[in-house]
Amino acid sequence: MRTITIVGASLAGLYAAQALRTQGFDGQVVVVGDERHRPYDRPPLSKEFLAGKIDADVLALESADDDDLEARWLLGSPAVSLSPAAREVILANGTRVGSDGVILATGARARALPGSAGLAGVHSLRTLEDAVALRAELQPGARLVVIGAGFIGGEVAATANALGLEVTVVEAMASPLAGPLGVEMGAVVSGLHTAHGVALRCGVGVRGLVGAERVEAVELADGTVLPADVVVVGIGAIPNVEWLIRSGVALGNGVECDHQGRTSVPTVMAVGDCAAWYDQRLGRSHRVEHWTGAMERPAIAVAALLGGDNPRQAAVPYFWSDQYDVRIQFAGHAAEADSVTVEDGTAEGRDLLAVYRRGEIPVGVLGMNQPRLFGRWRRRLNAAVPV
Amino acid sequence: MIRVCPLSALPPGEALRVDAEPPIAVFHTEDGEVFAVDDTCTHQDASLADGWLEGCEVECPLHASKFDLRTGAVDAPPAKRPIRTHAVHIEDDHICVELSDAEPNLPPGVTFGVSS
Repeated sequence: MRTITIVGASLAGLYAAQALRTQGFDGQVVVVGDERHRPYDRPPLSKEFLAGKIDADVLALESADDDDLEARWLLGSPAVSLSPAAREVILANGTRVGSDGVILATGARARALPGSAGLAGVHSLRTLEDAVALRAELQPGARLVVIGAGFIGGEVAATANALGLEVTVVEAMASPLAGPLGVEMGAVVSGLHTAHGVALRCGVGVRGLVGAERVEAVELADGTVLPADVVVVGIGAIPNVEWLIRSGVALGNGVECDHQGRTSVPTVMAVGDCAAWYDQRLGRSHRVEHWTGAMERPAIAVAALLGGDNPRQAAVPYFWSDQYDVRIQFAGHAAEADSVTVEDGTAEGRDLLAVYRRGEIPVGVLGMNQPRLFGRWRRRLNAAVPV
Repeated sequence: MIRVCPLSALPPGEALRVDAEPPIAVFHTEDGEVFAVDDTCTHQDASLADGWLEGCEVECPLHASKFDLRTGAVDAPPAKRPIRTHAVHIEDDHICVELSDAEPNLPPGVTFGVSS
């Protein structure tokens, strides 16, 4: 292969480029990005950056060594189609990039709340521009309503609470974080909100936003009207795969891949939030939207693309979240568990370590301010689960 | 010079965090060597004393950056900058750390009383 094109210039795209070089690929590497920025780190956007503790310049993901990548960067225009037959990626600005191999890393975008388009004061949080716009509105004393009590919503609520806003979090499900952590531990973690004076409304949907040009309130399905100066919508993400519909690449909930990132089209791989890798532990494919997956998996996919003998498999999914003064870490699959046991610490003490099991087999671990113990359990999960 | 603790109080394979500005981490490797480095990962605020010690290498408990305790060099991303190392002396069976006068490489947004 002489040219490999990486479509997507965020964490997974950059790490794919790095993996190509460290694994010895000496042909041309082209990186396509829809944003005009060089790769930057997104987790701080809802935390330190939103709080004004750090500036955009420290978000850069590249290091001085990355000059060695000698990649060709095509930024500021999204890819609009892929033609495996012609071996071309075509950009919105008309550029056509011929390639021998393609790595799809187009990520995911924030899901919008229907009826919120064009209303000032309503934000989602995915990009640097999103964070800059939101940061300008988080003024002390303002009333913030966060729709969705997932990790983005939880982190924004915690940050805004520390900035002195009056915060309400609305969650349609009966328990926040029930998906990633299960009902029981989801409730424990979301208890951080109420403990810090943030109002939490669960089990009620949003009927709509009130306001003509600027948002004035959020109306809930039960008729409650929550006055709001600012609204943040954190209701999940949609993989950026529509541009591939006529490419021949199999799509489901994201790009369907095997356990090492191979798509249904030879020499086309997928990594990061847009990719649904087959999970040998679960026996099905699923998308992993976590930062660590976007960092670790490109090396596996690149090895598969370059054709080496590659016995490696992805580690169990892992994510972390910093909320209030608590560092939350989770690894594994909560949905696979039939029991969860607190093995150390307590919820009240904010130092809980809980292990999820299916029968006798550990399938997940949650830590709140338990980094050392959590790390040991995470290793056990990765080592113990047979394939 | 910081007198940390008796050598016998830190078994091989263990680490401890020492409050200083910035905090430092002291490691006793399985091979019996003792190393001291700045405790805070250069990538993001996390305590390396809580990390995974393997040979002369520690893995950050948050994002798995790895540092060589002998040199401070980064051996695995996402950290990009080395960790500052400190000289260790064993004096009358006590671990003593001689603080480096080099600038610490603290992660963005993190300060410990002194500006870095």
